[in-house]
Amino acid sequence: MDTMQDQTITAFGVIAREQLPWLYSLARRLAGDRAEDVVQDCLLRAFKGFPQLRDPQAAPAWFRQILINCANDHHRKRLRAPDEQPLDETSDQTLFRRIVDEDPLPYSDSVHLDFLHSFTDDHVWAVLDRLDPKYRVPLVLVHMEGISTADVSRMLGIPLNTVLSWLHRGRRLFETEMWNYAEEHDLVCQEQGVTS
Amino acid sequence: MIDCTSAVRRLWNFIELDLPEAERDEMDKHLAFCRRCCGEVEFAEELRVLLKDSAGPELPPDAAVRLGEFIDSIEGE
Repeated sequence: MDTMQDQTITAFGVIAREQLPWLYSLARRLAGDRAEDVVQDCLLRAFKGFPQLRDPQAAPAWFRQILINCANDHHRKRLRAPDEQPLDETSDQTLFRRIVDEDPLPYSDSVHLDFLHSFTDDHVWAVLDRLDPKYRVPLVLVHMEGISTADVSRMLGIPLNTVLSWLHRGRRLFETEMWNYAEEHDLVCQEQGVTS
Repeated sequence: MIDCTSAVRRLWNFIELDLPEAERDEMDKHLAFCRRCCGEVEFAEELRVLLKDSAGPELPPDAAVRLGEFIDSIEGE
């Protein structure tokens, strides 16, 4: 007969394997190329703390919190570093206005929508990867995972005002990088069927 | 009356219904006459949908194997 410890280990393996696809997916968006390392750290911490998980239904939220902590540990130095990606707070130049000014799809009747729709999921992740973690993490957690800013503040152990500030800068920088990425990868030209 | 720079700064809080009532009223008044900022609001809403609907990266088969083996190894310790 299995001992209680054997049963616990078996249960951990089953639950952990169920979580792997979405854990990796979230880790990839939070930590880019270091996703696999982050998931491994998460699994190790989860295994050690597994006896504390009393309700298997709570496993996804429990694993998510551990994963976010592990991703933060990977980013800790970056999260404490001063802002390095410049953003002119006084400027009202936005991606919307840049598209108006530069009209990258001159034959389109819905240039803004067409610009956005030229971005596949792969492109969105590539743009995310360009952001400093302090801006990428709140953006992913709030706008992709649907977590409230108050909960992100609690999860990251960072004051709410700081989260809101990083989120604001993150959205502006994401827009800037979308434009840069579209130019560098000829997304606009491909949409129009024009060779570069 | 707020200007376009202030309106743009409040844009995302506006679409997420996360503005104090007084600031929301100021936005509504600005949007009533500023077509460009109305476009900003529509564009931000579309961008929000793009982010929300963007499917996360799939777990590559080789990484799935390695992570499965990692689970085996910590179970065996």
